[in-house]
Amino acid sequence: MAGYARSMLTISAELQSKIVAHARADHPDEACGVVAGPAGSDRPERFIPMLNAERSPTFYRFDSLEQLRVWREMDDRDEEPVVIYHSHTATQAYPSRTDISYASEPGAHYVLVSTRDADAAEFRSFRIVDAEVTEEEVGVTGTE
Amino acid sequence: MAIEVRIPTILRTYTAGAKSVEGSGGTLDELFSDLDARHGGLRERLVDDAGLRRFVNVYLNDEDVRFLGGLGAPVHDGDTVTVLPAVAGGAS
Repeated sequence: MAGYARSMLTISAELQSKIVAHARADHPDEACGVVAGPAGSDRPERFIPMLNAERSPTFYRFDSLEQLRVWREMDDRDEEPVVIYHSHTATQAYPSRTDISYASEPGAHYVLVSTRDADAAEFRSFRIVDAEVTEEEVGVTGTE
Repeated sequence: MAIEVRIPTILRTYTAGAKSVEGSGGTLDELFSDLDARHGGLRERLVDDAGLRRFVNVYLNDEDVRFLGGLGAPVHDGDTVTVLPAVAGGAS
């Protein structure tokens, strides 16, 4: 797919700040969620913060029933999870071994936010395909 | 009538790209074995020695089967089983 080769996340400044705000709000627990977009478009458009069923500073898991509801809704709207994000609250914004073992959406941009520094959030994006991690560029649109 | 099983993108290599397949059985365990006869390898992606793999969520109609007895959950013609990849991870 073209999206893989280009390997870049293009996201609006507004969505980026919503993700960071969610991560800050749930700190020191990990925050998680998705940004849905039209299937095949590679455009993140609809911000969907999710519950961290683990409520943990070192682990996250989507609540299974909330996930079913959100996934069905995306199906009905012909959307897919373009971005799957979560935060690390004491370590860098880089996929952990656990993150890699669970990563099962080869078409998604895995966004990691680190809130370990209260003043500057790290915001990075990765592809995780067959347990191989590739960092990609983040292009932010809609900034002045 | 049969049981409809909705397959996530990541597992559609086992179903020749199909988004949903049909199977039969009295329990989830039997249903997965029945599917495996036509979609070889699928069962192993859903089940290990300890039961349902932690990397997948399996729903019977609108319920998480972990709350319905896991692999032993009874299934009936007309039910819909949905498989989704669990979304999880974290720093440790």
